[in-house]
Amino acid sequence: MAAPSQDVPGASVIEVEELVTHYGPRMILKGVDMEVQEGEIMVIMGGSGSGKSTLLRHLMALEYPTSGTIRLLGQDVGALGTLGMLDLRKRLGVAFQGGALFSSMTVGENIMLPLSEHTNLDPMTMQIMTRIKLEVVNLAGFEDLMPSELSGGMIKRAALARAIIMDPKILFCDEPSAGLDPAVASALDDLLLRLRDAMGMSIVVVTHELDSAFKIADRITVLDQGKILFIGPTDELRNHKSERIQNLLNRRAEEEVLDVDAYLSRLTGVTVDGGASL
Amino acid sequence: MAESDIQSPVLRYAERIGRAAVSGIEELGTCGVLVVESLYWLVAGPRLRQPVRINAIFVQMMEVGIHAVPIVAMMAGTIGVMLAIQGIHTLKIFGAESRVVVGIAFSVVREFAPLITGIIVAGRSGSALAARLGTMKISQEIDALHVMGINPTRFLVVPAFLSLVIMVPSLTLLADFVGLFAAGLYVGAELGISMAAYVDQTIDILSLDDLTQGLGKSVIFGVLIAVIGVVNGSSVTGGAEGVGRVTTRAVVQAISAIVVTDMLFAFVATR
Repeated sequence: MAAPSQDVPGASVIEVEELVTHYGPRMILKGVDMEVQEGEIMVIMGGSGSGKSTLLRHLMALEYPTSGTIRLLGQDVGALGTLGMLDLRKRLGVAFQGGALFSSMTVGENIMLPLSEHTNLDPMTMQIMTRIKLEVVNLAGFEDLMPSELSGGMIKRAALARAIIMDPKILFCDEPSAGLDPAVASALDDLLLRLRDAMGMSIVVVTHELDSAFKIADRITVLDQGKILFIGPTDELRNHKSERIQNLLNRRAEEEVLDVDAYLSRLTGVTVDGGASL
Repeated sequence: MAESDIQSPVLRYAERIGRAAVSGIEELGTCGVLVVESLYWLVAGPRLRQPVRINAIFVQMMEVGIHAVPIVAMMAGTIGVMLAIQGIHTLKIFGAESRVVVGIAFSVVREFAPLITGIIVAGRSGSALAARLGTMKISQEIDALHVMGINPTRFLVVPAFLSLVIMVPSLTLLADFVGLFAAGLYVGAELGISMAAYVDQTIDILSLDDLTQGLGKSVIFGVLIAVIGVVNGSSVTGGAEGVGRVTTRAVVQAISAIVVTDMLFAFVATR
């Protein structure tokens, strides 16, 4: 399908202006501005409760903001009618954290669903396209299995295959490496990089895995308590002087050292000396 | 929702009642919106290039209707025999056993067939619908449909809705025949009336009006089961436990709604 959109390199595919959102009476995002350029991999990071998942849900237009605008592929999401929205969605792909594969359909049917719902292609063509995408994510031969028969990593890859079946302009990935062992997670990162290079899509990834973020990102957005703390290239983030950002980058290492004593003292109720052996 | 800082227990109780009332009314509103939305997608779907798939409707009709035939037939037969036993026993007091056919014919066609069918379908399919939608919601499958540009109402709700509206009356018609037939067998054995005479009498007594009354309310039962199942399923929160909770809730609400509607219908129809 020929999708009308900007083919100028470097054009913004996502523009967010002054985004404010509430969950009930609680304000989650407090004025977020960001943009994602064509062919770029943007990683959104932040601790839990920072609003990164909320931001992603708004970027996917699953929720509507209190105020502010979101433009996807040049179109204002808030101003689109039903039909316009449906057309826009055909040019977006989403890989959910848990895969969100339909448990009543085979892997092949799952991946084929957007094609069978949105196109009039004949079944043979759809099957070939499905197999191509399965090859891309290294799941060839698994199309007749049910999602419940797949491992965690395979489910994520199948979800990725479904997300790219319509050759989207923008791909959203929610925690692609969460819950996977490091080797599989790393392979998934490589896959995302390959996809971007091969298909030229823009990719927005939400993750809290630092290694993964630094490996794939062109630019990183760091969210903290509903505000943008940092937005820029990875190198700039790594060398950033701000204490808050350095804390965030080093938090995991610090916590691992500190945790043992704190954990023991919580269990025993006795303050443990630094030299306590486990 | 913000916790209230009212101190008096009486006022707190009043507040709780108020909140429950508001959320109840809100849920009723959701039901109404759902019906309208389902009709909208049914009619406008093809224009938006989102037609309701006939295939999906047939799959649901198999599940809701055909697979329920054995249990509905069995229950309708049992109810028929039960009515015959009770009818003969009661009418013996007046020595009017032979008039039992009137009671059986009316109560099966106007009351028991629609009611038992509605209750069985609510238990089988209303709960299944709530559980399916609830599970899909917590595993983000509903979100996945949204982002793929597939409207979940059109894709999931309308087929279930249509199949219930078609299959509940169909099953009721089946229950009519099975219930009357089973009752006839018992009456025949007990009072020595031939089957042919029983059938003749029954046809004599029943008018088309009685039949349409029973089938008419079974259509409403179908709508109730669908709406209550969907509203509960899509309101699920809190993981697997939440799915269990809404499933139970869907069955209890659907059966209560069916019984109450049945009573109201009977009141209006006999005026």
